Amino acid sequence: MLDFPRWKVWSISLICLLVSLLAVPSLLPERTVNQWPGWVPSARINLGLDLAGGSYLLMEADIADLARQQLEAMEETIRTELRRESPRIAIGEISTQGGQLSFMVSDVSRVDRAREIAYNQTEPVGFGGSRTWTVNVLDSNRIVMTPTPAGLDQALDTALDTAREVIRRRIDPSGTREVSVIRKGERRIEIQVPGEQDPERLKVMVGKTARLEFRLVSDDINPEMLRQGRAPAGSVILPYPDDPAGVGRIAVQRRSMVTGEQINTAKQGFTQAGAPAVDLNFNTQGARRFGTATQQNSGKLFAIILDDVVISAPRIDQPILGGQAQIYGSFTVESANDLAVQLNAGRLPIELSGIQESSVGPELGADSIYWGTIASIGAVVAVVLFMLVTYGRFGVYAMIGLVINALMILGIMALFNATLTLPGIAGFVLTIGAAVDANVLINERIREEQRKGRKTLDAIETGYREASTAIFDANITNVIAAVIMYLFGSGPISGFAVVLMIGIITSVFTAVNVTRMLVALWVRKARPRLLNI
Amino acid sequence: MRLLKLVPDNTNLDFMRWRNIALILSIIVTLGSIALVAVRGLNLGVDFVGGQSIQVAFDRPVPIEDIRGLVRGLDVGEPNVQQFGGPNRLQIKMGPADGGDAATTAATTKIRTAIADQYKGAEFLVESVTPKVGRELYRDGAISIALAMLGIAIYIWFRFEWQFGVGALVTLFHDVAMTLGFFSLTQLEFDLNVVAAILTIVGYSLNDTVVIYDRIRENLRKYRKMEIVPLLNLSLNETLSRTIVTSTSIMLALAILVLVGPKVIFGLSIAILLGIFVGTYSSIYISSPILVWLGVGPDSFISRSSTQAERVAPPTEGG
Repeated sequence: MLDFPRWKVWSISLICLLVSLLAVPSLLPERTVNQWPGWVPSARINLGLDLAGGSYLLMEADIADLARQQLEAMEETIRTELRRESPRIAIGEISTQGGQLSFMVSDVSRVDRAREIAYNQTEPVGFGGSRTWTVNVLDSNRIVMTPTPAGLDQALDTALDTAREVIRRRIDPSGTREVSVIRKGERRIEIQVPGEQDPERLKVMVGKTARLEFRLVSDDINPEMLRQGRAPAGSVILPYPDDPAGVGRIAVQRRSMVTGEQINTAKQGFTQAGAPAVDLNFNTQGARRFGTATQQNSGKLFAIILDDVVISAPRIDQPILGGQAQIYGSFTVESANDLAVQLNAGRLPIELSGIQESSVGPELGADSIYWGTIASIGAVVAVVLFMLVTYGRFGVYAMIGLVINALMILGIMALFNATLTLPGIAGFVLTIGAAVDANVLINERIREEQRKGRKTLDAIETGYREASTAIFDANITNVIAAVIMYLFGSGPISGFAVVLMIGIITSVFTAVNVTRMLVALWVRKARPRLLNI
Repeated sequence: MRLLKLVPDNTNLDFMRWRNIALILSIIVTLGSIALVAVRGLNLGVDFVGGQSIQVAFDRPVPIEDIRGLVRGLDVGEPNVQQFGGPNRLQIKMGPADGGDAATTAATTKIRTAIADQYKGAEFLVESVTPKVGRELYRDGAISIALAMLGIAIYIWFRFEWQFGVGALVTLFHDVAMTLGFFSLTQLEFDLNVVAAILTIVGYSLNDTVVIYDRIRENLRKYRKMEIVPLLNLSLNETLSRTIVTSTSIMLALAILVLVGPKVIFGLSIAILLGIFVGTYSSIYISSPILVWLGVGPDSFISRSSTQAERVAPPTEGG
């Protein structure tokens, strides 16, 4: 137990020194660390939002919205595909009620072909042979397509992955901010933006779907129908808040001329009259389609639609061939700029709504760091003094172990880029208090063995040996609690659990290796007859 | 140098003599805690019930009445305004608004801008949770505490014997009930941080228990002829100094955190401090006496480790 060969002394000292040194960058001001040459390790401990200040936002995907989108897209595809057949397959009574797409094939002899086409639109999911949709024929000529749960899950998964990317591009267009956008569970996305103080603004940027479409305004509708909300075939009625005619809604065609997906770049600009607007630059395909559409429909109105709301409906004065367009409405410079950023980042494939948010001002965070530091230092000093008066020389060894332990916790956190949160500070203080436990167990055992009349060396040997099972078992219970806390807890709580776990490992390491080594070296040199412990 | 000995050498307290009284006391307090939580309830934070909490830190002391008046004039329902951890800090709490999430966030923005306009240099800590997420967090918290308790009890069962596992579980239940009772009594805000504190207590309150159990096992193998009650007393006395020193050390550190640490985690700090205190008591008066009632005796460790027990020399030195 007290046999420490030279190589062991060296390696333990080296480990302690290296890991402790890793803590140094986190203890110095950031500016100093930035001036260091590149080869010096300068990883710092991350500060959680509750310490650094910033905003947190948890968004949840609207599954119903996704299912509806899927149905609409499938309806469009089926219509197109059946029309393409030669001769075309006529269908009727199309409905998307009850989460199913159902339609009647007019010519019974072509049901099989229609069914085959419908089946070809579905894709296999997983390995079980199931597909994204089921296709059934009812009453000999009605085809019913139902999305399968596996198919919906897959679509949700893809949509959330895309949404994550889109959100990141929206809040961090230049890719330079330290934002974190991660998926949480099956249908949630967690966003953390250090330094952002206004969660409202974040929500505006992130929550908008930003589905931009240009569609022709239907001119075959009379004001009476519009007022009653009855759309002619192939049209839909959409809200139009800024309607100069004062009706507040307008009928537009179902099919769009171009969509936001065909935009190359968007940027905030001004109209000739000086009002804020968004300048668009279409990609090749978009420019061609927009050009053709404006050529064929010169003189008609077209609607600019954002998230199913018409923002303006200008007249096509002349064909727009260069792929440039400008959208305007009741924009401010800020909202025009926001929309440009959103269009550049792409539309969200699924509707998201905020279900949890928090924000912390930077000064409040700094205040917590200040008092947390004071409390941590105070705790170290108090525990050290207590150890000194209780165990004398062995208290000094416990103290050295404690200081190394504290530095090693910070060093390991920096190494793994772990995040320190406000509860994490509490975890640190708690660990400081509990870290001496292993030392206490050992020292008390030594006291006891010596009392029983064992010789010094024998007492120390026995003390270390007999205390080790208790040290092990007592710490395992803490590990179990910390692991469960880490798995179940959200942000700040996991930060607390991380500190606890690291602290448990380092405190056992320092007690079993560092202090024991110090004791061994002293015993070997001084050969004490009696221990004052 | 004379060293501090919180527990004098050769202390021999008859802990077990008081075990029935302690048990009755513990049962009363535990039942009282449960009743208190049931009747008076916990002051649940917004993370569990949903709603909004705005903490404001001003750069100078601001009369709470001024803010109450300001908020009342905004037509945002009936937010609850109270002092929070100092004269320049206060907390505004709102339940979820009738108009759904959007209405609630709108109210928050309104309050925030109104205060920011009148008091320059005010800083905010805003938290907003929908009732649905609140319920989830509550459920997750309850599940994680139950899992941690069970996990630890099962571990103890494997490392020792089933009686020890039961003892650990009962001890944990006692400690957790006590902490909940404290939060119900004081009506301190019970939020996610406190759940973390309870999980910590679940980990640390057994710290003492495990060390004592370890010693009981050792003594059971060593002194095969000894009656169980004196043996428990012996084990408790042998480990008493360690129990006291470690608990003092942890409580010292935590007391400093409670006194000067950041106000936001006051609940967490005080809960752990209390938990360590209760845990120290229960490791002596709950987890050990239970072994007597569950019939632990010298034979408990023989079935599995008889060969090893046989090899241990009969006691030569007295306790």
